[in-house]
Amino acid sequence: MRGGQGAAEARVLQFTNCRILRGGKLLREDLWVRGGRILDPEKLFFEERRVADERRDCGGCILAPGFIDVQINGGFGVDFSQATEDVGSGVALVARRILSHGVTSFCPTLVTSPPEVYHKVVPQIPVKSGGPHGAGVLGLHLEGPFISREKRGAHPEAHLRSFEANAFQDLLATYGPLDNVRIVTLAPELGHSHEVIRELTTRGICVSLGHSVADLRAAEDAVWSGATFITHLFNAMLPFHHRDPGIVGLLTSDRLPAGRCIFYGMIADGTHTNPAALRIAHRAHPQGLVLVTDAIPALGLGNGRHTLGQQEVEVDGLTAYVAGCSVESALEAASLHPAQLLGLEKSKGTLDFGADADFVVLDDSLHVQATYISGELVWQAEAARQ
Amino acid sequence: MKLIILDHYSQASEWAAKYIRNRIIQFNPGPEKYFTLGLPTGLPRDHPESYHSFMWNNFFKHIDIHPENTHILDGNAVDLQAECDAFEEKIKAAGGIELFVGGIGPDGHIAFNEPGSSLVSRTRVKTLAMDTILANARFFDGELTKVPTMALTVGVGTVMDAREVMILITGAHKAFALYKAIEEGVNHMWTVSAFQQHPRTVFVCDEDATLELKVKTVKYFKGLMLVHNKLVDPLYSIKEKETEKSQSSKKPYSD
Repeated sequence: MRGGQGAAEARVLQFTNCRILRGGKLLREDLWVRGGRILDPEKLFFEERRVADERRDCGGCILAPGFIDVQINGGFGVDFSQATEDVGSGVALVARRILSHGVTSFCPTLVTSPPEVYHKVVPQIPVKSGGPHGAGVLGLHLEGPFISREKRGAHPEAHLRSFEANAFQDLLATYGPLDNVRIVTLAPELGHSHEVIRELTTRGICVSLGHSVADLRAAEDAVWSGATFITHLFNAMLPFHHRDPGIVGLLTSDRLPAGRCIFYGMIADGTHTNPAALRIAHRAHPQGLVLVTDAIPALGLGNGRHTLGQQEVEVDGLTAYVAGCSVESALEAASLHPAQLLGLEKSKGTLDFGADADFVVLDDSLHVQATYISGELVWQAEAARQ
Repeated sequence: MKLIILDHYSQASEWAAKYIRNRIIQFNPGPEKYFTLGLPTGLPRDHPESYHSFMWNNFFKHIDIHPENTHILDGNAVDLQAECDAFEEKIKAAGGIELFVGGIGPDGHIAFNEPGSSLVSRTRVKTLAMDTILANARFFDGELTKVPTMALTVGVGTVMDAREVMILITGAHKAFALYKAIEEGVNHMWTVSAFQQHPRTVFVCDEDATLELKVKTVKYFKGLMLVHNKLVDPLYSIKEKETEKSQSSKKPYSD
């Protein structure tokens, strides 16, 4: 696929006249790509004594790692939770359309569904690399059905479940084989949840807390069992209370395993969360913020600038730029942090040498001008096309 | 020599840059080559303080030079002296150095030609003086044990063979060295003084570097700045080199 023996002979691309996001800063540097990966130009210069085969002028734009959406339920008329015969083409359509929003990798999300739906749909959505056909599928996000009744939100009540006596076996019976699954959202206050969380974690599946009425203690215990993510912070959980902050309190808890970073998804459209609340979370724990769309099949409305009282919220694909947050922080929340959540930060969500060359070209208002996957142009804005 | 005195480090740098630009244009480069300076041994190529990293980050990556045309002494070569000899050969093969640009150490050394170096020396391995090691410690988190103690360097003689020499000297800590280099005699303890016997030398410095010089010296050369600044006026582009050639035939006053 990428790299390999042919890599050394592959063409060297040099992107110039740009600012790249590296080390949390926007630097005036060139981006070098070869064989689908980011290349170290100094090594190329001194060890291989080669120059670029092709230079591309980026017109002063920003080059950021491709965005990663870990919570997206569908879009453009496609609903991932629908058990159709050809789920694959629905996923492919969404994968292709989100390229224009700068998303290069995503986790198709399934909401609470009956077991028949999981058995039919899950095997039809394998992990897949991105390319000109569309953004890469990193694995499924199964949100529910093991969630709280009171906090089910838009999930259908009839299909909610709890872990019966056989805990993990129950989960397997509900979902079917877990090969294509990357993230599971569940409510930790359900009985046997710790056993389930541990089993999922050992299988390399990220466990997320959400749609839950857990208090802070229960949430902390869940983190000790292996949970690393919070599904759409503030939504579908107990509100922050100063005597029991609930799941929200995980952002500043001092009772978590040492060195463990807890990530939290935020739907930063200015509607699901008041921007002031978003800022409180961001200031409390900036390293953990992960921007998600939680998009529904109706996604496809144009991007634009929305006002909310005194705040201005720019919603452009995945980057919701709330006035006051730095550009670098916003970009990392959409790329680096989801990559770290999934343990992929060596290859995704970064422009470090050796990483996959998935990146977006943005103008100063953070509008996507072009999207690249493995160093190949997969989408370009009308205005940019010559 | 020409002694160019600017107010601050940034102005001195800019003057030097413009001068080099003009000289490159006048040189009318074709398939010609330039050489870069020696480097401390023992540092791996990709160490952030290696000369390779320095040259890459500060020069090569900003221009379109072809790697084939860069020559940096390899401090990790198996036979260091052979590496040095080969370097001298490459200089000869390229037609000699047109313009050598260098700095000065606090002990008055040029390149790594420490006090006591022969004024007719060639490219070779040198052991660094304690002064130099101390000065370089800042690149190694202040840890003296981490600073390389040997370096490959072009010799004083090698630099004297260049058709023109430009030395950049900024900061008060270099003032005494500058004084020794230009107001005292030629002395192998202050190897930069060798350039008193070079036909075409330019010293570019800031105010602080002149602190140890006689007021008379500084005033004399400051008075010449009107003339010397003509050397950095923009020349016409290479496209109009015919016009430019006739212009540059009217050389400004030279001492």
